[in-house]
Amino acid sequence: MSDRPDTPAAPEPPSEPESGPQVGVDSWVASHEGRSGRGGPLGWLARTLEAVPDAAKLLAFVALAASLPFWLLTSEGDLFNFGLFTLLFIGFGLGLNVDVGWAGLLDLGYVAALGIGAYTYAILSSGYYGIHWPAEVVLPIAMGVAMIPAAILGFSARRLLGDYLAIVTLFFAEAFLVFANVANPTIFGKGLTGGANGIPQLDPLTFFGHEITSTKGLYFFLLGAVAVVAAALYLANQSRTGRAWRASREDPLAAEVMSMPVNRLKISAFIFSWAVAGLFGAIYAAILTATVSTNFSIGLLITIYAVIILGGLGSIAGVVVGAIIINCVFVFLEPQTDHPSAKRWLFYGTIILLIALLKPWYKAAVVFVGTIASGFIAHAVVGAWAGSAWTSGKTVNGASWLSHWVVIPKVSHGNVNSILYIGLVAAIVLVASLKGWWRIIALGPTLYLTAVVWENVLSENPGVTALILFGAMLVGLMITRPQGLLGQARVEIV
Amino acid sequence: MAAAPAPTAPTPLLELNKLSMSFGGLKVIDDLDLVVNQSEIVSVIGPNGAGKTTLFNLITGIYRPDAGAILLGGESLVGLSPHKINQTGVARTFQTLRLFLNMSVIENVMASQYGRTKVDVVRAMLRTPAMRREEKEIRARAEEKLTFFGQRLMGYRWNQPAYSLSYANRRRLEIARAMATEPKVLLLDEPAAGMNPTETHEITELIGQLRDEGGYTILLIEHDMHVVEGISDRVVALDHGVKIAEGTFDAVATDTRVVEAYLGTKAASTK
Repeated sequence: MSDRPDTPAAPEPPSEPESGPQVGVDSWVASHEGRSGRGGPLGWLARTLEAVPDAAKLLAFVALAASLPFWLLTSEGDLFNFGLFTLLFIGFGLGLNVDVGWAGLLDLGYVAALGIGAYTYAILSSGYYGIHWPAEVVLPIAMGVAMIPAAILGFSARRLLGDYLAIVTLFFAEAFLVFANVANPTIFGKGLTGGANGIPQLDPLTFFGHEITSTKGLYFFLLGAVAVVAAALYLANQSRTGRAWRASREDPLAAEVMSMPVNRLKISAFIFSWAVAGLFGAIYAAILTATVSTNFSIGLLITIYAVIILGGLGSIAGVVVGAIIINCVFVFLEPQTDHPSAKRWLFYGTIILLIALLKPWYKAAVVFVGTIASGFIAHAVVGAWAGSAWTSGKTVNGASWLSHWVVIPKVSHGNVNSILYIGLVAAIVLVASLKGWWRIIALGPTLYLTAVVWENVLSENPGVTALILFGAMLVGLMITRPQGLLGQARVEIV
Repeated sequence: MAAAPAPTAPTPLLELNKLSMSFGGLKVIDDLDLVVNQSEIVSVIGPNGAGKTTLFNLITGIYRPDAGAILLGGESLVGLSPHKINQTGVARTFQTLRLFLNMSVIENVMASQYGRTKVDVVRAMLRTPAMRREEKEIRARAEEKLTFFGQRLMGYRWNQPAYSLSYANRRRLEIARAMATEPKVLLLDEPAAGMNPTETHEITELIGQLRDEGGYTILLIEHDMHVVEGISDRVVALDHGVKIAEGTFDAVATDTRVVEAYLGTKAASTK
């Protein structure tokens, strides 16, 4: 089709404008709503990436990931923490993306499916019952077992929309945890799920007699599994079923009237999601070599949601990017011996990046100078008034140069930490409510205060920090890019 | 697909017999008889709240009638779920546009072919030859339906999200989406609502073409009397769910009861 075919022989041919779009026509609407595409290097990058076929993107990802153990993740610990767990989160995210991202069903029971897969593997492939079935048998069974509750939940989803479905599925997840923890039936003289202790000492993944025990072996196996599942889900999404999933997300009534059996489609989306979860839940159990119900708590659910929302709902590439970011933040924040100062670089790098994103450049310069200056001023003032004991503390894990800038008391005072923390929250609220240059001026001291709180409080509490950071990341993302990093912009009502 | 138009010997395609529907104590459709013949364009008019859209909701299975029969080519539609009714040969558009806004234009038209295609998701994941063939057919049919609208829905617009379309083009896309289900009867709910005079003129011509070239039988709700006058073979006037007049446009438009329904009794009596 040429861009401008000849006007059809209509009695009143719509007059094409000589210059610029006509009010009301599509290109006018697009430009009016700022949808005419981005300029600059980012826009160029986006257009270039769009031109690459999706299969090539998957191949590139697999090739890059397969090379990682040889140059970046060379140590065993790194490969396990960064490589293996990122792949696991990709797998978890791929499954959740089907019912939440494509079919638009708010599924909060997803962790139960992971748990079901894990327990299936634990029961059928460990010394617990003395059943040692190989993985090529157990993994499909785990998928199948996870499909059964999915069908039941999908059946209930026929009449439940949005929040109501979320409540029912959340209830199911909690019920599963209670079941696995305390209410499990006794079968052959043992609790089916091992109660609070879970099931320890699972077999390693064994395919046709070959045991996969090394971290590298697990990494490559998991990479293969992730690639196959991603490709299969991609193809499913690009078929009539995928279109019908998305259509019933967009408008269930219109989809039903346009020949799509919406209820059956909802059930099939649930089944797809949970089957994937069953698979990766089983692999998760095999990697940890044990299964405990606390592994499948709401915390994991929130993390997987963070993965798919950060990456962009409905986007497979988004799941990959989201999983990499979320898992790396997690690992870096953990106390670790391999990379003791990595999280500090991550923190200050993020702050400098945020400053650099400010426009125009002189505002960024003011904030940067303000941050540096307020550090030296605060250090001098506190040292002069309160004595050197309040400023002579050492940062954790080296970086002594920071000790001349960040105020760190020699002895930790619990109350001071709390006051600093509350002060930071107040400062952030203040910055958010200020306008124009006042905000720019207030931003410098606030960022400095953030650094103080970070060095004194947060860097020693990785669990809390991770959650605060995820919260901040998601809030920031929802403000700047509500569709997620790689998601398609969606409209709700037009 | 409909046979060649045969206006001389009308065969009833869609028949409503003594159809009734009430919401609580409110009778929305009351004992309504209506016949739409093969290759006919029938317009339903009436003041707001007359039950026109409810009539469409009844035919497409969104509501279930309290009493009466709905027959398509002699087969009853009552009690079937909406997607089954669509597969039997009834497609509609909505007065308040209900597109799949976050899907591309062509995907909207491809999605609605779900009911008339068969390849399951397992074969889709394996990309079997049958799947590829069917996918090609789906795409070709979608392109054919979009081409029907001339340059309005052509070229680069196919891959744009539906929400980027202008209002008039959204109405056109809804018609294309309904056409792609290959219906025998097309129910159009106020296709000219919110359009400017040029676009209204275009859509009037288009509805004529849908019948003449597309072979569809059309039941139409419309408030714009220029549209109704221009294309209707027959006009049915509803008020409070009751059929108050039926016949040619001129006969219905001058019917006392219709004038009363629109303007009130006083205005009618002073006329």
